[in-house]
Amino acid sequence: MTSLLDNGANLNGSIDDPVIVVLQLTGGNDYMNTVVPYNDPLYRDYRPTVNVGEDEVLTLDDQIGLHPTMGPIRDMYEEGNVAILHGVGYENSPRSHFRSMDIWHTCEPDTLGTEGWLGRVVRELDPNKENVVTAVSMGPALFRALVAPDVPVATVENIDSYGLLTDITPEEKLNRVLGRYKRMYSPAIGSGPVMDYLGQTGLDALKGAEILNVAPEQYTSTVEYSDSSISRKLKGIAQVHLAGLGSRVFYCDHGSFDTHADQLGIHNKLWSQVSQGIRDFFDDLEEHNAADNVVMFLFSEFGRRVYDNGSGTDHGAGGVCLAIGKGIKGGQYGQYPSTKASDLDQGDLIPDMDFRSVYTGLVEDWLGLDPVPIVGGTFEKPDFILK
Amino acid sequence: MTDSNLSLMAHLMRRAGFGASRDELERRVEVGYEATVDELLNPQTQDPVDIYEFLRYYPLWWKPGTMGGLGHASWVWRMINTKAPLQEKLCLFYHQLFATGVAKVDHYDEIEDMIDSFRDQGLGHYKDLLMMVAQSPAMIYWLDNHENHADSVNENWGRELLELFTMGVGNYTETDVRECSRAFTGWTLKHKLPRFHMGRWDWEYEFRPEDHDYSEKTFLGHTGNFDGEEIIDIVLSKPPTAAFIARHLYSFFVADEPQVPAWSVTPPNDPKAVQFIADALMESDYHIGTVLGKIFNSDFFKDARFERVKNPTEVVIGTLRLVEDTERPAPETMNWASQIGFMGQELLNPPSVEGWHSGIEWINSGTLMKRTNFTAEMISDLSKPGVVKIINRIKASGSSPEDVVDACLDVMGPLDIPAESRDELLDHAKNLGEIDWDDDRPGQGGAAKATEILQLVVSLREYQFA
Repeated sequence: MTSLLDNGANLNGSIDDPVIVVLQLTGGNDYMNTVVPYNDPLYRDYRPTVNVGEDEVLTLDDQIGLHPTMGPIRDMYEEGNVAILHGVGYENSPRSHFRSMDIWHTCEPDTLGTEGWLGRVVRELDPNKENVVTAVSMGPALFRALVAPDVPVATVENIDSYGLLTDITPEEKLNRVLGRYKRMYSPAIGSGPVMDYLGQTGLDALKGAEILNVAPEQYTSTVEYSDSSISRKLKGIAQVHLAGLGSRVFYCDHGSFDTHADQLGIHNKLWSQVSQGIRDFFDDLEEHNAADNVVMFLFSEFGRRVYDNGSGTDHGAGGVCLAIGKGIKGGQYGQYPSTKASDLDQGDLIPDMDFRSVYTGLVEDWLGLDPVPIVGGTFEKPDFILK
Repeated sequence: MTDSNLSLMAHLMRRAGFGASRDELERRVEVGYEATVDELLNPQTQDPVDIYEFLRYYPLWWKPGTMGGLGHASWVWRMINTKAPLQEKLCLFYHQLFATGVAKVDHYDEIEDMIDSFRDQGLGHYKDLLMMVAQSPAMIYWLDNHENHADSVNENWGRELLELFTMGVGNYTETDVRECSRAFTGWTLKHKLPRFHMGRWDWEYEFRPEDHDYSEKTFLGHTGNFDGEEIIDIVLSKPPTAAFIARHLYSFFVADEPQVPAWSVTPPNDPKAVQFIADALMESDYHIGTVLGKIFNSDFFKDARFERVKNPTEVVIGTLRLVEDTERPAPETMNWASQIGFMGQELLNPPSVEGWHSGIEWINSGTLMKRTNFTAEMISDLSKPGVVKIINRIKASGSSPEDVVDACLDVMGPLDIPAESRDELLDHAKNLGEIDWDDDRPGQGGAAKATEILQLVVSLREYQFA
């Protein structure tokens, strides 16, 4: 096994540093059927078909309950480890998945953002780029939230096969070629941002593979993850976290939550996968006594239309975020947006909490960083992190 | 024949196809650039790929229905073997634009039918493509238009028609989305028969008059009892549509643009070129073949060498066409199809209706590894006839480190790389010692040393560009 210090891992941190795991619910998760206003008579008027039955809802209080597949999250809520952040979004929602996701990723609602908010977080956490696995994204795609110039991100689809030119044998030849590769990828001055990015990515890949390869080797657990893509991703994250490589930001996604049609079945399946995956993940961390410094954050690019369309729901505006972990002050934050017809904007819930306020809480209170440059301004934050 | 002609032809074939071997490039240079463009624009002049050859080997992949993961293998095989590469490249262009995936549709046959329609109609009028897509059962199911009823409108298709397939964000209101969607009510698919009994059944477009909203609509300032086709006509008459499609063509065939969601807030990198394409679209009634001819013959196209990051399909298909011995249907065909997915572009299964993010966003640490690992493995496989041909060309150029490095760069492009990168290759070649072409020991002889240089060449940053 390669020495961690040689690879620059874990140089400037300790195993107890706060870690954030972002789970993106891609496609526009339906707020009203996730955190259900089951006691609101309007709910059933708006949702004659696409509703959660009153006898199925997992009640949290006399107004609000969770989707029936979210048992594991309800349990954690009751233990005080889940914050429900109501009515999150931003003004003038474009109701476009892609534009909206960009806005959530970059914190730039008016112009084109090129830097992701978590990319800026990584830059603050590791300003000298001492650890190329400070951020790990479960690929194949690299999420824009993590992209920032000169910030390394290890994008890992399958941690077991993460390596460069692994087919080359014998080892002597492999080392010779990788040595040259490293020299060829060393940034050539003035060759432009695209070449610089490629160069940096190549070097990060080389270094990151050496570091990450130890994670599955070291990992043992009695937790058997349920069988879904999100569970596999969360297991990969657990492996890296438990290897103590100094990773602080993890990213994964699940979907598609774009339930224009057949919503009841799809939403059921997706939320049972997400809930079970989260339970397995935290069980795994608990087993290794490594859960205390991990907060998971769930968001979606928008909520869905208040009225159902007979089979599903169309694109909406205000949504819900969840924050989960022992570092969370459990409870509900903000107000469920008014469902009165006169209070809707083009049939959608009006968000009352800016998504950047939520980010501000995570960045300042959990990660201990100055939130203003990261989220692009000053936002009043909900107080959902234990201090 | 001059090198600049060869280099230009290589550029054309990378963009209008999936690259070409040096032998093919030399043949095409003899024929000439404009004649080659003409040939590419007339795929009917070439013998079509005999897809039944593939299906004789792999009958299971005829209508794979819901069987996971490999419905795209026959398309991959077609891309490797086509003599009309622009036709397949356009299928990829449209698949990226009208992204439709099995993750939801759960029916390969229907998406393959859509790709077949792109193959048949891709060089024709964009309106015909839009009508085909609007009535494609795969698209109807993908964007829920079967749930778009006279008495309960589903906006999914109506919105994406405007946002992704024609105008782009910012050129219509939420009311337009709704009115547009109403015009497509009743455009549905015939009920599929039960799953799992004798496999998936074909779907079929069906118009249900009783489920169509015939009342008046006001859309983009026009009022009338519009149906879907009239909506498409109105949309195509608007300059933002021509500008939007022009930008797609530019980004796919000429040079990387920012990602599509940014287009509403970021002007094109080359506004004049995009305007030229938009004008060509309007003048030709959106005739894609005519417009592509103008693009390929334009100076801005010819000057845009290596200004696009190859997409994963280009990486894999380009490599396979280069190394040859990949033409016969073989178990590896399935692996090659999967490789494209490992690099981030699982065909027939895009991540969302937006398609894939392209350009530099193809590259991250994981996908860069997959690209490098795949091309380096293939280019060093001396059992492949195309690799042997490449080695023979290198051999013919000499045995000094300079000869070998320059020949490698030439035959793999020609690639123009910075002096620092060439120096690295040269240094590596020198360290390997004199290339003795008579030494044919596996792993150590002249050919083995040359393939090591080739592996480094395909690992270069510059090799990621087309």
